[in-house]
Amino acid sequence: MALETSDIQNKLVDNFELIVSDFTQQHDIFSFEVDSKSILEVMQFLRDDKTLRFNFLTDVCGIHYPDAELDRQFAVVYHMHNWMDNVRIKIKCFLNGENPEIDSVTSLFLGANWQERETYDFFGIIFKGHPQLKRILNMDEMVSFPMRKEFPLEDGGRTDKDDRFFGRTTDNC
Amino acid sequence: MSDLLLPPELRYADIIKQRQNEDGSELSILNLGPTHPATHGIFQNILLMDGERIVEGEGTVGYIHRAFEKIAENRPFYQITPLTDRMNYCSSPINNMGWWMTLEKALNIEVPKRVQYLRVIIMELARIADHIICNSVLGVDTGALTGFLYVFQFREKIYEIYEEICGARLTTNMGRIGGFEREWSPAAFRKINEFLEEFPPVWSEFEKLLTRNRIFMDRTINVGPISAERAMSYGFTGPNLRATGVDYDIRVMQPYSSYEDFEFNVPVGKSGDTYDRFCVRNAEVWESISIIKQALAKMPEGPYHADVPDYYLPPKEDVYTTMEALIYHFKIVMGEIPVPVTEVYHPVEGGNGELGFYLITDGSRTPYRLHFRRPCFIYYQAFNEMVKGQMLSDAIATLSSLNVIAGELDA
Repeated sequence: MALETSDIQNKLVDNFELIVSDFTQQHDIFSFEVDSKSILEVMQFLRDDKTLRFNFLTDVCGIHYPDAELDRQFAVVYHMHNWMDNVRIKIKCFLNGENPEIDSVTSLFLGANWQERETYDFFGIIFKGHPQLKRILNMDEMVSFPMRKEFPLEDGGRTDKDDRFFGRTTDNC
Repeated sequence: MSDLLLPPELRYADIIKQRQNEDGSELSILNLGPTHPATHGIFQNILLMDGERIVEGEGTVGYIHRAFEKIAENRPFYQITPLTDRMNYCSSPINNMGWWMTLEKALNIEVPKRVQYLRVIIMELARIADHIICNSVLGVDTGALTGFLYVFQFREKIYEIYEEICGARLTTNMGRIGGFEREWSPAAFRKINEFLEEFPPVWSEFEKLLTRNRIFMDRTINVGPISAERAMSYGFTGPNLRATGVDYDIRVMQPYSSYEDFEFNVPVGKSGDTYDRFCVRNAEVWESISIIKQALAKMPEGPYHADVPDYYLPPKEDVYTTMEALIYHFKIVMGEIPVPVTEVYHPVEGGNGELGFYLITDGSRTPYRLHFRRPCFIYYQAFNEMVKGQMLSDAIATLSSLNVIAGELDA
């Protein structure tokens, strides 16, 4: 029998009532939010439960929401996939803007290692318990986190790319 | 003093400590890469060697990082396709089509059947090109240059087909939201048919040259193996995972672009070693050829793009004569298309695994966030584990059979 999204929701609510919230279906992916403090147990449950069986961690990535309230300025997104029933889910964990910290899931999925390093590299999100949390694609000497929204793509002083006549400013492009 | 000025054995002191064997003999450190011809791309491997045997390794990547995800946040949607080209540049049409399909999912656009079939053809051609490179270069790395030179002319033929369809060869920037930029010319179909006629005998000759070749088998069997459990935990997808015996293929699991209309097998290996990866890719080329033939045979009539004036450029003659077309043309070129606030994840079966696009839009002309799930990046982290205890020359063969593309790895 195929795994229904309502089953996933009920199972999670039964076991982690206050931790999981905001269940939605976004296009073909069932999504929900998990309290960032409990990501490790929730993910372990999703992987090891006999009916849920989310055996594959597809993707880990970060998002920056600088305009949100302080406790929700960063998000780490996990895509998981159950290969037996062919169901995908997306888990979002919101983190504090000044002190983004979350448990590493490397102990559950080895593949999370570099993906978490990448997220740290670009967003400065600290993964607690990661075996080797250091920069991966950028150079080690770099001090900023380039995927944060405040980091400019190019030199703001350029004069050869004036788009004001098209109603575009540096704020809305 | 900057760490960079230190000699590597001190600079990477925390990674690899100079150690001694039990018998007192010293281990040495070898820098493989970043610009070694045998690594087929720019990544460095610092290997701790006991004679010719690898004791431990540490990979350093990021030498051609071009900040694609950051650039994508500052570009209108149609300008992101050239970025996807430059990820897995051995099979860029798959990346292009994956990106368009992601956008179409976000914008709820239904694509005509004919476009879906054309996309299948071009994606399978790209997969063949990708596998030609990987397998023939594996031959080169184990000492057989002949096969490489022989099949590489067919990669050129595939590039001529791309050229006929979109004008470009390597970085194709092919397609539009909702379809293709123009109807495929009769020459394109002629070239595809020629390719389907000429390529199979050559590919079977190439297979005969290597598959049961004593030297090749000795060099690849039990070289760089990985178990199915480890591979899944490491996030392997694509031919590298199927070589371990797991039949995970997105074309079957989550058919996109009408893959459900075609009959094909998912070849799997058994032991997950270099030889199995080679055999799986060989078999996949045959499946791809069969899919292209089926798509050509069943090709439906219809338009080459969806009827979505908000997103698809109007014909040029209309732009000069009608007001609406001019407005649409201007808005689309300036990137001002209506985009809903949404989040989508769309995976496609890339040349070397699950290529995913995770797109977050906020209603503006650029993505709020675009994350590429790059299969190479995820499975390359297993490389050190796979070559531990193997000979240096085996590490080279393992690396080329993994089909690690530096452009995709570093994004």
